Amino acid sequence: MSHLFRKYSHIRKADDAPAPVRQPEGGHQELREGGRDWEHMYRDRWAHDKIVRSTHGVNCTGSCSWNIYVKNGIVTWENQATDYPETPDCMPDHEPRGCPRGASFSWYLYSPLRIKYPYLRAELAEMWRDARAQGMNPYDAWASIASDPEKKARYKKARGLGGFVRSNWKEASEIVAASELYTAYTYGPDRNIGFSVIPAMSMLSYAAGARFNQLMGGAQLSFYDWYADLPPASPQVWGDQTDVPESSDWYNAGYLMLWGSNVPQTRTPDAHFLAEVRYKGTKVTAVSPDYAEFCTFADTWLQPNVGTDSALAMAMGHVILNEYYWKKPEPFFLNYAKQFTDMPFAVIMDDHGDHWEPGRFLNAADMGVEGANPEFNFFVSDANAGKLVVPNGTMGDRWGDQAHWNLKMEDSATGAAIDPELSFVDRHDDVVATAFPYFGTDGKTTIVRNVPVRTVTAADGTMLRITTVHDLLLSQYGIDRGLGGECASSYDDASVAFTPAWQQAITNVDPALVVRTAREFADNSIATKGRSMIIMGAGINHWYHADDIYRTVLNILLFCATEGRNGGGWAHYVGQEKLRPAEGWKTVMTATDWQMPPRLQNGTSFFYFATDQWRSDEIDTEDLTSPLRTPRYHHSGDYNIMAARLGWLPAYPTFNKPGAQIVAEAKAAGAADDEGIKAALVDQLKNKQVDFAYADPDAPENFPRNLIVWRANLLGSSAKGSEYFNKYLLGAKNGVVEEERMAAEPEEIKVRPEVTEGKLDLLVSLDFRMTTTPLYSDVVLPTATWYEKTDISSTDMHPFIHPFSPAVEPGWESRTDWDIFRTLAAAVSSVAKEANLQPLDDIVAVPLQHDSASELAQPCGRVRDWSKGECEPVPGKTMPNLVHVVRDYTKTYDKFVGLGPNVPKKNFGWDATEQYEWIGDRNGRIENKDLLSYGMPSLAEAEHAVDAVLALSTSSNGKLAVKAFEGLERKTGLTGLADLARGREEDQITYRATQVQPRETITTPCFTGSNTNRRYTPFTLSTEQKVPFRTITGRQSFYLDHELIAEWGEQLATYKPILDYTPLKLEHDAQGRREIALKYLTPHNKWSTHSMYFDNQQLLTLYRGGQTVILNEKDAEAIGAVDNDWLEVFNRNGAVTARVATTARIPRGSMFMYHAQDRHIYVPGTPLSGTRGSGHNGPTHIHVKPTHMIGGYGQLSYGFNYYGTTGNQRDIMVVVRKMEEVDWLED
Amino acid sequence: MKIKAQISMVMNLDKCLGCHTCSITCKNAWTNRKGTEYMYFNNVETRPGVGYPKGWEKQDEWKGGWTLDDKGRLKLRAGGKVERFIKLFYNPDQPGMDDYYEPWTYDYDELTAAGRKRHQPVARSRSLVTGERMDITWGPNWDDDLSGAPYARADVDLIAANAVGAQIKMDMEDLFMRYLPRTCNHCLNPACVAACPSGAIYKRDEDGVVLISQDACRGWRACVPACPYKKVYYNWETNKSEKCTFCFPRLESGMPTICSDTCVGRIRYMGVLLYDMDKVEAAASTEDPRDIWRAIKDVLVDPTDPAVIENARANGVAESWIDAAQHSPVYKLIKEWGLALPLHAEYRTLPMVWYIPPMSPILQRVAADTDLAQADEMRIPLAYLAELFSAGDPEPVRDVINRLVAVRAHMRAKEVGAPEPEAEFAPEVLDEMYRLLAIAKRPDRFNIPEAADMTRAERLKAQREFGFCTSCAEGGFNA
Repeated sequence: MSHLFRKYSHIRKADDAPAPVRQPEGGHQELREGGRDWEHMYRDRWAHDKIVRSTHGVNCTGSCSWNIYVKNGIVTWENQATDYPETPDCMPDHEPRGCPRGASFSWYLYSPLRIKYPYLRAELAEMWRDARAQGMNPYDAWASIASDPEKKARYKKARGLGGFVRSNWKEASEIVAASELYTAYTYGPDRNIGFSVIPAMSMLSYAAGARFNQLMGGAQLSFYDWYADLPPASPQVWGDQTDVPESSDWYNAGYLMLWGSNVPQTRTPDAHFLAEVRYKGTKVTAVSPDYAEFCTFADTWLQPNVGTDSALAMAMGHVILNEYYWKKPEPFFLNYAKQFTDMPFAVIMDDHGDHWEPGRFLNAADMGVEGANPEFNFFVSDANAGKLVVPNGTMGDRWGDQAHWNLKMEDSATGAAIDPELSFVDRHDDVVATAFPYFGTDGKTTIVRNVPVRTVTAADGTMLRITTVHDLLLSQYGIDRGLGGECASSYDDASVAFTPAWQQAITNVDPALVVRTAREFADNSIATKGRSMIIMGAGINHWYHADDIYRTVLNILLFCATEGRNGGGWAHYVGQEKLRPAEGWKTVMTATDWQMPPRLQNGTSFFYFATDQWRSDEIDTEDLTSPLRTPRYHHSGDYNIMAARLGWLPAYPTFNKPGAQIVAEAKAAGAADDEGIKAALVDQLKNKQVDFAYADPDAPENFPRNLIVWRANLLGSSAKGSEYFNKYLLGAKNGVVEEERMAAEPEEIKVRPEVTEGKLDLLVSLDFRMTTTPLYSDVVLPTATWYEKTDISSTDMHPFIHPFSPAVEPGWESRTDWDIFRTLAAAVSSVAKEANLQPLDDIVAVPLQHDSASELAQPCGRVRDWSKGECEPVPGKTMPNLVHVVRDYTKTYDKFVGLGPNVPKKNFGWDATEQYEWIGDRNGRIENKDLLSYGMPSLAEAEHAVDAVLALSTSSNGKLAVKAFEGLERKTGLTGLADLARGREEDQITYRATQVQPRETITTPCFTGSNTNRRYTPFTLSTEQKVPFRTITGRQSFYLDHELIAEWGEQLATYKPILDYTPLKLEHDAQGRREIALKYLTPHNKWSTHSMYFDNQQLLTLYRGGQTVILNEKDAEAIGAVDNDWLEVFNRNGAVTARVATTARIPRGSMFMYHAQDRHIYVPGTPLSGTRGSGHNGPTHIHVKPTHMIGGYGQLSYGFNYYGTTGNQRDIMVVVRKMEEVDWLED
Repeated sequence: MKIKAQISMVMNLDKCLGCHTCSITCKNAWTNRKGTEYMYFNNVETRPGVGYPKGWEKQDEWKGGWTLDDKGRLKLRAGGKVERFIKLFYNPDQPGMDDYYEPWTYDYDELTAAGRKRHQPVARSRSLVTGERMDITWGPNWDDDLSGAPYARADVDLIAANAVGAQIKMDMEDLFMRYLPRTCNHCLNPACVAACPSGAIYKRDEDGVVLISQDACRGWRACVPACPYKKVYYNWETNKSEKCTFCFPRLESGMPTICSDTCVGRIRYMGVLLYDMDKVEAAASTEDPRDIWRAIKDVLVDPTDPAVIENARANGVAESWIDAAQHSPVYKLIKEWGLALPLHAEYRTLPMVWYIPPMSPILQRVAADTDLAQADEMRIPLAYLAELFSAGDPEPVRDVINRLVAVRAHMRAKEVGAPEPEAEFAPEVLDEMYRLLAIAKRPDRFNIPEAADMTRAERLKAQREFGFCTSCAEGGFNA
């Protein structure tokens, strides 16, 4: 065939062009032939050799499947996979999921940022090589350094200041092994810390290090709470960490609110479901202080002042309660409230003389009703029987009479059908003036409202006044029910909380718009049977009082009967929290196939003490607690010590003595067995011969010593108060601006005048890019990128499991995380053998765990402190459980590479022998007879571990899913649950199957909803199958009756103002420069890959090229700054240097510093601190909230990443000024 | 009548996320080479804003596109042949690097290689053009999301709308923004082709893709200012111009462009249009700029019309292409339903990439009284959109947006069982619109026939010879 082309042109080609074939009339068209061979140039550019399916591990929740293009052995680029299993014909598909961040990842593989070899800090390398050259074995070589303060100071001071030297895998892994072992034998293994984040984003890479760490006896730090991505309201309300609809379920919504979640920017791969559902007639309302990207997709934009969202939500709740619960009760809502919420439950009213206060739930023990756990059986008033009855499904039944642990509307004693009364308003014995705490912008006060009560006589003869949660709610929200007292006369009544007019003074939102929105939301729910949804996120979750904010919003959802419905309910997306093949993964990562229990520490509390931020805590709890209570402590840290002592929260390092010493002393004193050791330790604690390490965090014996960071950028991304990290944890150059004394002296923490800076002996990081954390590390190990490794990914945004696959081999000397930790495990075994280390005694203190019978440990929400003589110390009851274990480090490698002997019978609630053998058959078994794991299924390779995880998990193994549901049927007395998984009973998802196509997971009781023939949405197991919520009442909670919750005035959700501490405490001389104080907000960045990757040349090009702060144009003008000027942004905690983008898009008085911009790219020095400017966490500070420390009580019990203090970072003020001179500090 | 086929694209701005995935995936595939660093064949602009390159719509400065002479005949705005010849060696309308931006990288190596220092090492910026240290003062998306307060107000279209009384201040009260992704429009009347002194630019007969021959280009750069969309770029390494190729190597295999394929907002539709080449000149010469978009719709012909089909066949349009034209999402959106409009039709190049203008949140002052807003109650002023899509006439933009609202009202009624609201279109048509706008399954978004037009014998030969240069010499096939 000839080349033929035609063109239109005015100008004839002069030289080599073929003659025109045709010249039609008008002279505007021209046809020509030939000259098209060159087109192959672009065809060649497009051509490629293979396409490999992989993904990115970035905690963005996207979890997108990508095609990686390879040409001549080089990764050229990546495009999104478009072959997800299809959705039904009536809705959009998932393709193509991905965003510009993911699309630019291939740049990293060959970028000059890539870490190609193992590196050591030069000063340390010199000492180590010196010691080894002297013939010391690795253990002794490390001891010679670690026991010498002068040597330690030398390399610690050099942290972050350049000067790496190349190492090799043997040397680097020996140093790490020697340091870990030296620490275990000198201080105890719980001084070895592991930090990695968000397993779902590359779960076997996470498990690799966690498994290594647990085999060492080290503590693994949590991340979801530390990131403030955990919504503590979820455990509080549901007893569930987080369970949310997959994004495609947005398409089922009939009404959508977007509240503090910037969907197009941070949920890019799924945002189309939002855009598209609008064409289905779904109205979209956005709530945001700034004109964010998501507002552009809305029909209505509500613009509350920064941090006032809970006031807006309370006012909407007021409208809904008033119109749909009181004036014209809506049966659809009321029936839901009766069955699925704690609204009908009876609460005891406490007499406080001049007023009443709501107390705790009335329980069976109060009324003398027998039962297995009477303090956890609660009452409703049954309209059928005309009396108080305990309904099915309360927590007492969960751990007692299991046939009744369900949500059938039955009297648990008789099985009779019940009809719970929501309200006593029509038939009450009395109306009592009840005080509710109120937290106004001008300070705290009480509001007194009338509550209808009935009287009952308790078993001990006391006459109790009781009311219902429903009545408390309507009274608190100020609904006028003709009971007199203070309540709202109309929506325009601005003097009464929580009316629409009241909120306007706080939020500046038009009350009419609040009323309209609340009605639309409720009316849609009625019209669509619950399909009203709120997509919510970090914008309202990263606050100190995020749990209150969330509860006020969740109330709206619960009032409108939207939870547990497709297209309805909360949709919280902050962090890639949903690891779907959970059970198998947990076994591998905790190494409980070999030994229990693991050490799983809540991260925020750890860092609060380890980085000494408690020393500069600006909170006096009295500022924040209920006006009706005197706080137990003034210093937040004291609460944390109490939480450790009472078994609420874990605390690693735990004791101020190593476990080996405790065991030795106990044995010397005559302890014969583990019980004896335990008793001896309890005595020592009681007599203060042993104390908790957190009570004296600056004592050298209590320091954390080793920290291994992988799959995370701790220092550049999540380290709130990063300059305190530099100062206390690392002993590095730091930019703390003004370390002022704490607002309240602690009672429980020993305040030492001098602190040894640089607590850590060794900071090890695994990374593929030289970013802030590796820059400050002592040992840097090169990892494979996501296109060079085997792993799997899952998320809450879609129901699929899909793989990482190696498109090319790991570059240079890098290794996959799995291989690196196997290398370290081998080094540990070898160093331990060489040093002839004997098995080590250890004591693990285990907090009272959620979803175990321990959640019954401390009933009635009472706080009883054994150290104050309020009760006896009883391990596992009034304090943490204590477990004696023995660790043989010469076997560390043997255990790492083999799936251990606990799997068949001990790790699960079912017999897993069949799966154990299947894994052995598939992976092969350990062939080396010298290893402890000889003959066991191999985990030597990452793919082995992936298939073991998939085979042992209910979401990926149909047989196990059915088994697990059958187990749940026995626990609940319900039938038919297993049908949800039966259709996929024969399915076993394997790694290679995921490489062919993303695989949809199997419905499992591991989560609260079903994706069997529907889009996944949470809580349908409760609303449809009647499985209780894992709360004390078994229902969704409006009311929390713990004493500490009452102390903080949060029994019911309420509005609380944000913290507004001044940026500086001491006198500050502006030296004539124009300065402005602003609220410092750190939303996620559009131009970095999620929270860690702010250095990609392609992405930095598409915005401002470096750290940028965004100011309202008028605020910028106020300090004389124009677009792109350099600014200094600081407060007492640290200083940031960044260029300014001025805009009209964000309101005056606040500013954006995008999250996890990083100080290694294009950041000059700050004149104020005299050193390089910080990343976004320079000005932040850890603020721990004591109510997040509660444990041992129902849903308020510890679980790793389930409950615990959050690393919130929004309640921060900064001073901003123009930087006149820029010093790059290149010396 | 002379019927030809054109691959065309419609972008639904109402769904655009402004994520720039299209820019990145395009860049990785085509322009991350030396000399092309600054090029974005596909870019995304926050509007209002100044765009990339800065102020590209200021045709008074760039002299891009076509205009009409005194007699109402088309002429390049850059002038006649003589005028353009004079500018051959020095063209004052040529954009400079500052109008785009100076591409940069960082001294990343420093982070690992730095010796022991007094302060933490840092990677500073360095020009990718000169290799020298540089300060970052402008980029290809500098005013992203209304960054840089002055830039939104400097938007040419906003100024034009205000000039006719729109009163847009861009303060919090009336703030608005949306995104505008842009590629080469593969125009029916391309100014770049006409302006090229070397005849190196051509519009392919088989699919209408406009290409710059990298063999024939002599680097005169007349095309750069001539393109009113500033979508031709000069490669300073090869000294030739390059532009978006509509990913023809993919189209030839029946695949959509990379920007379409990877569009996460699923805003892009691609398909075949049949048009009457004999009407092109007249359409481009339409006197009133406000009528040009209608004239273009007249150039696009009904692919089911027997006369059109017969003529298409006679002009060598393959059967598969005629079939694709009859099942073209683009034809439906542009022609059948009137949901899409061209960008700046007044430039008279007859662009073949069209846009569905966006809805936006209701104005604050009416929010509490209204359920679903109509076009006139939305935040984005129609006057502004009209400057972009209908030469200042708000009527066509209003119509489109109200049609989107009608789809929503229709579907809402179905969802909750309410009575069918009155509408311009029948319920079945609204259903069909809904399916294409919302459900938009992949085969419905893209319908691209393969390009190969060969006999069986030719295919057999080609199959065996792909990849060997022996065939090049014979004028055979290469891969």
